[in-house]
Amino acid sequence: MKKLTQKIKGLKKTTKVDFATYLGVVLAFAAVTLLGRLGLLNRFLTGMLVPICAYIVMAVSLNLTVGILGELSLGHAGFMSVGAFSGVIAAQSLQASIPSAPVRLAVAILVGAVFASAAGFIVGVPVLRLRGDYLAIVTLAFGEIIKELINCLLVGYDSRGLHMAFNINGSLTISDLGLEPEGIAIIKGAQGATGTTTIATFTAGFILIMITLVIVLNLVRSRAGRAIMALRDNRIAAESVGVNVTKYKLMAFVTSAALAGAAGALYGLNYSNLAASKFSFDTSILVLVYVVLGGLGNMWGSIVAAAVLYILPEALREFADYRMLVYAVVLILVMLATNNDQLKALAGRILPKRKGAADNG
Amino acid sequence: MEFLSYLISGISLGSVYAIIALGYTMVYGIAKMLNFAHGDVIMVGGYVSFCAVSYLGLPGWLSVVLAMAVCTALGVVIEGLAYKPLRQATSLAVLITAIGVSYFLQNAAQLIWGASPKGYTPLIPTTNAQGEPNTLRLFGGQLSISYISLFTMGACIVIMVLLTFFTGRTKLGKAMRACSEDKGAAQLMGINVNATISLTFAIGSALAAVAGGLLCSFTTSLMPTTGSMPGIKAFTAAVFGGIGSIPGAFLGGILLGVIESLAKAYISTQLANAILFAVLIIVLLVKPSGLLGRYVPEKV
Repeated sequence: MKKLTQKIKGLKKTTKVDFATYLGVVLAFAAVTLLGRLGLLNRFLTGMLVPICAYIVMAVSLNLTVGILGELSLGHAGFMSVGAFSGVIAAQSLQASIPSAPVRLAVAILVGAVFASAAGFIVGVPVLRLRGDYLAIVTLAFGEIIKELINCLLVGYDSRGLHMAFNINGSLTISDLGLEPEGIAIIKGAQGATGTTTIATFTAGFILIMITLVIVLNLVRSRAGRAIMALRDNRIAAESVGVNVTKYKLMAFVTSAALAGAAGALYGLNYSNLAASKFSFDTSILVLVYVVLGGLGNMWGSIVAAAVLYILPEALREFADYRMLVYAVVLILVMLATNNDQLKALAGRILPKRKGAADNG
Repeated sequence: MEFLSYLISGISLGSVYAIIALGYTMVYGIAKMLNFAHGDVIMVGGYVSFCAVSYLGLPGWLSVVLAMAVCTALGVVIEGLAYKPLRQATSLAVLITAIGVSYFLQNAAQLIWGASPKGYTPLIPTTNAQGEPNTLRLFGGQLSISYISLFTMGACIVIMVLLTFFTGRTKLGKAMRACSEDKGAAQLMGINVNATISLTFAIGSALAAVAGGLLCSFTTSLMPTTGSMPGIKAFTAAVFGGIGSIPGAFLGGILLGVIESLAKAYISTQLANAILFAVLIIVLLVKPSGLLGRYVPEKV
């Protein structure tokens, strides 16, 4: 035991924080599972578990772009959308070939991640040349484009394979796909995915969070991660010592997009009906709020913020119509309080000195 | 003829975007912040004008003047309470605060006026007393332009000219430009930076109120979320033309309206917004600082 404590003391501070993060997630999962077994969670809370997991993954992955890479992205929901719909298509069309639901879910999440990372690559190559607010507006535009494209998409599946149509002028319906009678309609244009078999589980969500944390934390603490943070802190200085700007920016951006896609697939397979309008600008902003309130570059902060802020509007239900108003006021007050010099000085005196993540959003 | 009428409807829609974008671009130029609450100020302007017409029985133009007064006050109050304490904070902190303000305005409007859409009486009625449509007929009736479109375009040009004159010739306008160039140096020259920023918010919000009245005259309905999409599009227009530049916002707004109208007419109604944003991305890739934006080289 003594040896262990000494070993823990000998670790680097970042390593300790990382282990604490993993441990916290495992403990939270164990606690919630235990409460669920004891029947202490109401239906309302159990229904929120999978979306919370998906949003935690979203927040951690966006933190990679905003906190570690230092680029403001306002279209993260676009990648989630790509992942969600490609994941739903994969899961629905593989129903016959893969009968086991957990395996099908894993395949769907993988497909979602692959498609989202492809989208991330396509967007990232040209866009990462832009700076600051211009990058923000282009990611916003990308999110809106994805939303509208999926709104026009018709997808069905039958024994002959996948059928797709693109409903440009709004005249096509799902029957124009020419599906066989036993075929299934997967995505019905503006209605989105309907009749999806919901196979997402809380355990899968937990595993996805752990995988995300392993990927992101290892990336951040690696040589590549240090290069990415060097780009964030001073691009010109980093470039002049030989850091490949495009390579490392893309690495962070595509990883972030892939994880968002995985989160999207998990989220999409939790609902039998899902429309593309769910992944709008507002969703991107929601996740950005989690990241900023949790602390830029701070992964456990993102996890806590996502979980608390997802539950908060629901917990404020007793205020009924006032709840979003209260949420808005809380948001403004938190931002004002955390940026108040006097409060900061006070906190600096009470708490031990901490080096905050640099910001150049 | 068909093309011309689509073009004209695009220009008049673009004029509304341009008026909103002018507010965006001025605030961005001076405070270097993306004011996401701007779209919701438009919505508040629309509601104030709606209430003045339906409850107080005021004429349309007077209701817009009232809306301008209310929105100006609102803009200054928002700036003073939410943005001023964050002058030294990171731009992300300000952005999140602006989003908070936007949520607040939308939900407050929903509590006050309800979530269901309200019917807005256009500033210039679509039909006159004889029941004929209020339109200008050209080419023997082949081309008809509604008076509200003409009025919108006129209003946009007048606002644009006044703003150019204001920022170029008056002392306050010069102070505004000085602040957007270098706040520290402006302060040393005796310019009250805080007052200048408040003034910019006041002007931007007054413009948003005008835009609210005009926008609702086109859509003839009003909801708590009415302002969000036009707000985002106007922001896009401001970036399109080069954010921080007044002629850029005007040009960007008009172009955006025209692209949207033509895309709706000739390509696809569903994909109009996607086409709009795709054009924006292409323009930004070719000209990274927008059409009329200044390229600022990076110094080491």
